[in-house]
Amino acid sequence: MADPHAIHDQHGHAHAEGEHHPVGWKKYVVIGVILAIITGAEVAIFYIEALAPVLIPLLLALSAAKFILVVLYFMHLKMDHAIFGRVFWAPLFLAVLVVAGMVILFKVLPKYGVFS
Amino acid sequence: MATAAIEQHHPAHPPTATGLDTWKVGFWVFMGSETLFFGSLISVYMVYKGTSVVGPFPSDVFDIPLTSISTFVLLMSSLAVVLALEFLRAGRRSLALFWTMVIIVLGATFLGFQAYEFTHFYHEGLTLGTNLFGSSFFVLTGFHGAHVTIGVIWLLMLWVDMFRGRLRPENSLRFEIAGLYWHFVDIVWIVIFTLIYLME
Repeated sequence: MADPHAIHDQHGHAHAEGEHHPVGWKKYVVIGVILAIITGAEVAIFYIEALAPVLIPLLLALSAAKFILVVLYFMHLKMDHAIFGRVFWAPLFLAVLVVAGMVILFKVLPKYGVFS
Repeated sequence: MATAAIEQHHPAHPPTATGLDTWKVGFWVFMGSETLFFGSLISVYMVYKGTSVVGPFPSDVFDIPLTSISTFVLLMSSLAVVLALEFLRAGRRSLALFWTMVIIVLGATFLGFQAYEFTHFYHEGLTLGTNLFGSSFFVLTGFHGAHVTIGVIWLLMLWVDMFRGRLRPENSLRFEIAGLYWHFVDIVWIVIFTLIYLME
């Protein structure tokens, strides 16, 4: 069944609503500058000894912010058809689950003597 | 009858059930599978982290300022991708050509940094078979570097097509898909830089 949101251009090609999504180069440059600032902050935090106790959560948060900015704006998931998001976020969730599961199994639980 | 008429005019673009281009849908599915691929490689690195019994260890070889520069280079190449696509769609060919060349140069620069890093590690005594750190690190970053190399070659081919006038606003989806691939390679590096380099 055809997507009711699909529109046809002058050549008869089908496009989903929102498939073409002009953001404007100025907005892209602003996002690029934000990404560069976050990267700089990550490196600065790495060298600040006072932040050592909260280093890991801080780095993970900053990295997640960069990841989300690139995916939503540069890869257009924010403006694009929802189906693209579904086929990307689902495996990403599974991959995060695999990494977290492996770290818990092999790094965290042995520390508490679970497997000894 | 209507279908025959459409096929006659646009044999390469039959309408799809979703109204979306099948290339693009398929490519997002491919990137989903790539996410799992890199997820498993990162898992292996994280599990083996700190278990090497002989050096060199990460703290002996990592050069954070150098890797920060290469990370910045790759991030800026992602910005160049969206600018190139924006100008290609707007029909501003010379600007699209310029920004595509910027992506290629930045991608090649990133690969240069990686080649330098690998060579430096080798001279420090770290190889694929030295210890668990060496094995998991080289496999993970090596696969990422291979993806960047494919991206550079792909974009070089698109640049030639754009230069010859075969890549135009009407078929800019070809560039958009290559751009998605490039952004994906970038987000994988964002994760690698944090988990492997900064959280050493």
